[in-house]
Amino acid sequence: MRRKTDSGLLFEGSDWDFGTIQRIYDAVEDVALSELKLDVYPNQIEVITAEQMLDAYASTGMPLLYRHWSFGKHFAAHDAVYRKGFMGLAYEIVINSNPCVSYIMEGNTATMQTLVIAHAAFGHNHFFKNNHLFRQWTDADGILDYLAFAKAYVARCEERYGQAAVERLLDAAHALMSHGVHRYPRKKRPDLRSEERRERERHLHQEQTYNDLWKTIPGKRRGQSQKPDADRLRSLLELPQENLLYFLEKTAPRLKPWQREILRLVRHIGQYFYPQRQTKVMNEGCATYCHYAIMTSLHNNGRISDGSFLEFLQSHTNVVRQPEFDDPHYGNINPYALGFAMMRDIERVCRHPTDEDRIWFPDIAGYGDSLAVLRDVWANYRDESFILQFLSPRLMREWRMFHLVDDPEEKTLRVGAIHNDQGYRRVRQSLARHHDMAWLDPDIQVVDVDLAGDRRLELHHNVLHGVLLQKDDVDQVLQHLADLWGYGVVLKEIDPTGAILREHSARARAPFS
Amino acid sequence: MYIIDRRLNAGGKSLPNRQRFLRRAKALVQRAVADKAAARGITDIDSAAEVAIPRNGIGEPRLRRASAGGFRDYVLPGNKKFLEGDTLERPPPGAGRGSEAGEGEGEDDFRFVLTRDEFLELFLDDLDLPNLAKRRVLSDESFGMRRAGYAVTGSPANLALTRTIRNSLARRVAMKRPSAAELNRLEDEIAGLAAGLPETAPEIAELRERLERLNRRTRRIPYIDPIDLRYRRFEPVPRPVTQAVMFCLMDVSGSMTEHMKDLAKRFYMLLYVFLKHRYRRVDIVFVRHTHEAKEVDEETFFNSPETGGTLVSSALLEMKRIVGERYSPSNWNIYAAQASDGDNSASDRGACTALLRDSILPVCQHFAYLEVGADDEGPRIGFAPHATTLWQTYEALAQAGSDIAMRKVNHRSEIYPVFRDLFRRRGPPIAQSAL
Repeated sequence: MRRKTDSGLLFEGSDWDFGTIQRIYDAVEDVALSELKLDVYPNQIEVITAEQMLDAYASTGMPLLYRHWSFGKHFAAHDAVYRKGFMGLAYEIVINSNPCVSYIMEGNTATMQTLVIAHAAFGHNHFFKNNHLFRQWTDADGILDYLAFAKAYVARCEERYGQAAVERLLDAAHALMSHGVHRYPRKKRPDLRSEERRERERHLHQEQTYNDLWKTIPGKRRGQSQKPDADRLRSLLELPQENLLYFLEKTAPRLKPWQREILRLVRHIGQYFYPQRQTKVMNEGCATYCHYAIMTSLHNNGRISDGSFLEFLQSHTNVVRQPEFDDPHYGNINPYALGFAMMRDIERVCRHPTDEDRIWFPDIAGYGDSLAVLRDVWANYRDESFILQFLSPRLMREWRMFHLVDDPEEKTLRVGAIHNDQGYRRVRQSLARHHDMAWLDPDIQVVDVDLAGDRRLELHHNVLHGVLLQKDDVDQVLQHLADLWGYGVVLKEIDPTGAILREHSARARAPFS
Repeated sequence: MYIIDRRLNAGGKSLPNRQRFLRRAKALVQRAVADKAAARGITDIDSAAEVAIPRNGIGEPRLRRASAGGFRDYVLPGNKKFLEGDTLERPPPGAGRGSEAGEGEGEDDFRFVLTRDEFLELFLDDLDLPNLAKRRVLSDESFGMRRAGYAVTGSPANLALTRTIRNSLARRVAMKRPSAAELNRLEDEIAGLAAGLPETAPEIAELRERLERLNRRTRRIPYIDPIDLRYRRFEPVPRPVTQAVMFCLMDVSGSMTEHMKDLAKRFYMLLYVFLKHRYRRVDIVFVRHTHEAKEVDEETFFNSPETGGTLVSSALLEMKRIVGERYSPSNWNIYAAQASDGDNSASDRGACTALLRDSILPVCQHFAYLEVGADDEGPRIGFAPHATTLWQTYEALAQAGSDIAMRKVNHRSEIYPVFRDLFRRRGPPIAQSAL
């Protein structure tokens, strides 16, 4: 169906109304679906004020969340900075839900609204719907309902058990939130039918391979059965376990059902955000690439004026700016900049490959249809694998990347690798590792419980590169952990050789019960 | 695609969380507020304020890696001259590497802005007005709207839907308006018959006629008639307004230095802010006196110099006159604060006592006497504390059972503690609804 406003400028000047937004949306949708062939959830666009944007910031971008003082603290901090004018607000917030909710600020100009709709309602939306991590770990259909349930549940608990009790529990749960995610799909418990089939197969196998000779081998003596028992108990508790919140929810002996439920809420919300943490570069890169492509197409077709396009380019350039390391503004690698640059680079490799590209990317060099390649990339990679696979030598040269090593054994810092033939792979590998959550988050696991003795919980931190945990934080978190567990807790920091570098312990002072 | 305008949604979604945060950090915030109040000068206390509290009091601990120690590496953009194997001096500790920005929660204080109300709430927390046999009046200046049943006329926004539909339903039942189900049934019946019988069969004709009759009836009896309409009615009700008047009495004779006046001014400011916070309407009356008293405006009160003797009873007399003329004790809560260096002519003592005991104290909610001293005047070792004439007068009154609060202040920093001390909440908290 062709719309009657299918040509000519979408808007003039910077003012907009709801009709304008609808026109903009239709035009952007047209480009996104027909040219970029994006596959998106239905969109819902909500216009909000700056104050509401601050509200949304405070609750980690979610439209509704249970009540807790820490959100108030973040609100106060953002509010103070914003009022002083140190910080602008984001132009949009987008929520991984179905329908996909995008918040746009009322203060944006019409050009900015176009940019924001292209960026959030199509770029991010496509990524949410197609990336395998989001498909596997998040439930876009249910998240808003789940948040509403969580909010109501926490409110009911507050009413019933008192605000103080719930607040203390949430404090403890939040302290462990970073270690409350499943990184792998858990083993499914076998159902009865497959159990029966397995039993039949095993029986058949035994019959087929039956040999009288085995009977002559002496059996185990009775006294030896001690150790397997301990192993069995550990496996019953699913140890070792790196998901601390899950472990407590399932096995902490003294928690009440409502307390377990709240731990579960916090864990689920943490799990929901886990894919976002793993795909920051790709997610923002995808959205930035899409808005750039869409805006350029709109401009080429005469739907937005030259002035608007320049306004767009100005804010786009701000977003993808990457200061160099010696610049006072250098903060870190800008995920928008890196993602956008890499995706543009993939486009270049597909269309106009050099000899070098043919060696490094034989699969995609000269493939032609860069969008098909990008859609496949968006669907199947995360930051770490994306960088490891697609950061090209040319881009490393352009950005003049180098690898700096700070080894406490050496007196000085050392440049480990630079953008040359010997260095490309090492630079790329380190950069990928810096985007790998499994590498960034400390590896902490529950390894044992002294079930026969004082029920003390033992955790290990497998120390990487000799970087220990932040001492004062550990003590506080362990206190929370001990209170949840109800008994003592010990955390050993162990280096790869097995030596214990440091040991923290806590006793339950005010156990939850 | 839907576009939803959320701008009209009630704001302040974060307000409950913010309140929880303030409650949690209350002790810290209160200390910060007191510091702030001391530093910023009493005059602009009545506004929003940025406060800073130590971070560790409101930390959210996480299991995270230490920001120092161990083997680390970075990938950085913008290489200019480095080659592989080059070595660089370590930056001095604390120089702050960019790459560690993620852990940049340093030792800084946590800064945020308190609104004026929040600031005052904390600033004046657990202070209360003493002797509150509150007097209230129904002043004629404030009206609120209150629901008051239903009316047959009104604006469309106030249409009471449930009530309207209920009326409409009752009328439709009473007038026997055919229901849609009834009409449908009849139509189905006709269709059923028409399939089996010729078009002209008498049964069909009869049914058709009945249907026609019912349709006519439906048209005549409307679904909703103007007679059904009901609107929510609102009625203005006067709201009780508590009002207070504050008398500032000050000795401006030559013996009062600028320093003493400054102390007095600070005290008055606090009292004003406090009353303003508790009452919707606060009047202030400035009475200054030498050997004679005069009601003046604020500017004159604090600034214009005056010379003469000191006769405290003149001020009390003036206050009594003003109360009699303008502030009837049955309508107003009356507060008085007197500041003086304590000088008074000895002959005036009897008059003061009589005035206070018989006419002023009985009508006052609270009478505070603040004796201001010179800056360097500390408690002198070896000397018996010297009591001034006025202090002796009032002390005698207080001992005789009159309700009069007295404090002595020498230095600016003592104002706030003295003020808190005077108005500390003693009894059970007074219901806020009384305000």
